[in-house]
Amino acid sequence: MSAIQINIANKTFLGDGRVQNQTIANLQLSLAEHEFICLVGPSGCGKSTLLNIIAGLDDDFEGEVTLSQRHRKPSIGYVFQNPRLLPWRTVRENILLALPDGYPSAPIDVMLETLQLTDVKDDYPERLSLGMSRRVAIIRAFAVNPDILLMDEPFVSLDPPTARQVRQWLISLWQQRPHTVLFVTHDLREAIALADRLIFLSKSPMTAVSEIKVPIPRSERDDEKAIEAFRQSLLENHPEIRSLL
Amino acid sequence: MTVRSLYDSPRLASLVSSVLFLLVWQLLASYLDSTTLPAPLAVARVIWLETVSGQLPYHLGVTLLRLAFSFSIAMLLGCAIGIAMGRNEKLNHFFDNWLVIFLNIPALVTIILCYVWFGLVEYAAILAVVVNKLPNVIVTIREGTRTLDRDLLEMAKSYHFSKRKTFLHVIWPQLYPFVMGATRTGLALIWKIILVVELLGRSDGVGYQLHLFFQLFDVAGILAYSIAFVCVIQIIEFSILKPLDKKALRWRR
Repeated sequence: MSAIQINIANKTFLGDGRVQNQTIANLQLSLAEHEFICLVGPSGCGKSTLLNIIAGLDDDFEGEVTLSQRHRKPSIGYVFQNPRLLPWRTVRENILLALPDGYPSAPIDVMLETLQLTDVKDDYPERLSLGMSRRVAIIRAFAVNPDILLMDEPFVSLDPPTARQVRQWLISLWQQRPHTVLFVTHDLREAIALADRLIFLSKSPMTAVSEIKVPIPRSERDDEKAIEAFRQSLLENHPEIRSLL
Repeated sequence: MTVRSLYDSPRLASLVSSVLFLLVWQLLASYLDSTTLPAPLAVARVIWLETVSGQLPYHLGVTLLRLAFSFSIAMLLGCAIGIAMGRNEKLNHFFDNWLVIFLNIPALVTIILCYVWFGLVEYAAILAVVVNKLPNVIVTIREGTRTLDRDLLEMAKSYHFSKRKTFLHVIWPQLYPFVMGATRTGLALIWKIILVVELLGRSDGVGYQLHLFFQLFDVAGILAYSIAFVCVIQIIEFSILKPLDKKALRWRR
């Protein structure tokens, strides 16, 4: 049974001069329950639009998106491209507000500790660096125990060691409590390190060019050589994706 | 005391400027030596006598009560209508003309019409003030609503924020500066209108007293009541509005 069934025939935006710009055309994706998918494609190709459609923020399109029937209303954790924290609420309040009423708040402090944010948990977001704000946004998405986790280039502007740490943390959380993840990135190495399956998307109108399973076992994902080797073989065997990177 | 230390300490500067104001007033009064411009001390004496006799507190109280009522009604209605018009483009289009008309009716006209239509009664007075203030609140709040951050509203929607949560934590903090702006201009505008309303059709309140003093050419009385009222408005500003601002805007860098 698939967790998410996406079938978007047509999505257009009204551009300048009343021209219809087609953003997505004939996009069919099927995500298995608890699958980790990375969407790879050039920037500006409409990946954020796709995530917005899945999150239910945009219903102005032709086609349909079906979320798994197991949950009547699946909880969604969404890490936007910019952190989107409420500037007038503290770090901790920002995370707590995303939780449904009566939800346990104890795990939040553990997460804040893990991502080294304990010192700033009572500060307002304007006092944080962009990297810190991003980590807060990531915790907010995890804190709701999402059935579906949408991540829109969440690790951009994190320094490489922090990015690696958050990546490992993301995977360990995902293994502890499996959920379906849609992760947008344009970094192929990052995508290979994280995903069960890579989906390559083309630029306007966006559509799926190829879908490739990543056969590297989870235990070897930290091995940079294995990832680099897989990347090279990908580029050799799939010439169609070269232009998308 | 140097000019420099005056410049550095705002409190000292405002004290010096107040004293200077009184001094100029006193000099002018002594020079003119006329009943039409009484000296500061003479006005202070009237304030004292009127306070002791209970007249000043009574009329001030009546006017403040009218202020509180009409202000609350205008703000509540104005916020609701302003948010609705800011969020709904069709509604805004439809009622925009009404707003322009009401914004441009002179205060005196609404006051006269309210008294003519409803008689010289309390609710006609309150209504006249509300009708005068309401369009300003609506316009201010509408502008505020239009600048609401769409990114944050989307965030709230994706995390299934309830309507109440969205309003309290996402919308209200963004509207707050606009509401405070409407409050400040509102207080200043409303109390001036209330005086006219009282002068034209009420038999109590500061406006009514001013009317009496005018007929007697009692300038000291007029100045005494005006100064008393200005002081009350300043007290509201410093004891309520300023602390509220400080608390609400503490997240700003």
